[in-house]
Amino acid sequence: MLKPNNTKGKLIIVEGIDGSGKSTQIDLLYKWLQSAGYSVYFSEWNSSELVKSTTKAAKKAHTFTPTTFSILHCTDFADRWENSILPLLKAGVIVLADRYVFTAFARDVARNVDPQWVRNMYSFAIKPDAALYFSVPLDVAVERITAARASLKYYEAGMDLNLSNDINESFKLFQGKILAEYDKMVDEFGLIKIDGTLPVKDQQKKVRAIIKNILTGWEGLPNPNEKPIGVSNPQAQGKGEKK
Amino acid sequence: MKGPVFYGAGFPYRDTQKLPGKLIVLEGPDGVGRSTQIKLLRRWLEDEGYAVSDTGLTRSALTQDGLDAAKSGHTLGPLTMSLFYAADFADRLENLIIPALQAGFVVLSDRYFYSVIARDSIRGIDKAWARALYGIALKPDLILYMKASVDSLVTRLIHGRGLNYWEAGMDMHLADNLYDSFISYQELILKEFDELSHEYNFVTVDANRKSNAIFEDLKEPIMQLLHNRLTKGKKPY
Repeated sequence: MLKPNNTKGKLIIVEGIDGSGKSTQIDLLYKWLQSAGYSVYFSEWNSSELVKSTTKAAKKAHTFTPTTFSILHCTDFADRWENSILPLLKAGVIVLADRYVFTAFARDVARNVDPQWVRNMYSFAIKPDAALYFSVPLDVAVERITAARASLKYYEAGMDLNLSNDINESFKLFQGKILAEYDKMVDEFGLIKIDGTLPVKDQQKKVRAIIKNILTGWEGLPNPNEKPIGVSNPQAQGKGEKK
Repeated sequence: MKGPVFYGAGFPYRDTQKLPGKLIVLEGPDGVGRSTQIKLLRRWLEDEGYAVSDTGLTRSALTQDGLDAAKSGHTLGPLTMSLFYAADFADRLENLIIPALQAGFVVLSDRYFYSVIARDSIRGIDKAWARALYGIALKPDLILYMKASVDSLVTRLIHGRGLNYWEAGMDMHLADNLYDSFISYQELILKEFDELSHEYNFVTVDANRKSNAIFEDLKEPIMQLLHNRLTKGKKPY
């Protein structure tokens, strides 16, 4: 249901549950592509300033329903899509996205939103040239997150689903549901599975090999200044934008 | 009793089987006098002994800040705007309309998603996409469409609250001034509504007339709807 990429640019995205190590990998990839002289732009899930100001109050008051949660995340994505991702792809930039539509398909369906409905909602998006899925067993991911984080947030832990009154237990159950949805999508969307338990360096080697293959013989937008790309719309600037 | 019917999947995660109330939607363009009619209908229904809840397509608490910011900055694309409205709609449907219907109220909704897909459609949003998005929406028991000519809307607005930027669709750059833009924009909206009225079985009421005449016409199908319900042995409230 995603559109083919008919733009001059390349779209590379990473997916995986929290603690899968995907952000580390895309960060290394970003720096590598930047050093290689490409025009690269980085966009992070749930980072549109405009939508964030809207969702802050609702997050605090826990008034989201699975549907409003789902639509607002798509609104955030659409804002980044219209103001930065699509125009930059058209210009011939390599766009890297930390989480993409598959995050919504996994999380929203884990919240029992209709799978076809959420797929339709994101159907304006382009199918990535590479969708890298960092796969880790549930226990590994949960351990990484709970070790790194002082406390979990309400929605992050799926507390709205009433899976458990214990936030850590709820988080684990919720991540398990999400993991099951990801596994279903590997075939549906041709996600490239990467073993997230391997050493960081080994994973990055695999990632670079895949991306190199995609970029061979391709020429994008020149990068004369060798500086990161920004977008002029202040509301479209993501928190994850590389300075 | 048969369960409620949604245009699509609805809300699979919540129990919406029993909605004894009735959902009545009042649709129509800006300045047609919807809120006046809602007030009249509400008083009339309450006199008849029905518990009435009215809700409008005014912003829900959820998206108020975002939509206000968007409208002041003009930086949102059509997709983003469309989704903001959808979030707002979902919030009202789940948190206001469905609970009221569960409690057996007659819900008078000042507009529904039809207005939103009309405004989206003329801004280039894919029609099939928008319809599928509103697969969450409950099918109303009755959709009343107050149809008026653009001329009569202009008369009403200029002698009322005046023409404004958004109602004139100035964001679409159809003309360089409020009046011409309003005319062009409302004509486009009118065309969309004609299409929608067939697709969704609107009951069309001629709204080029005095408020009282419109009110009488709106009461008729509502009486039919609530009467049918009475003959089925249900209490009115």
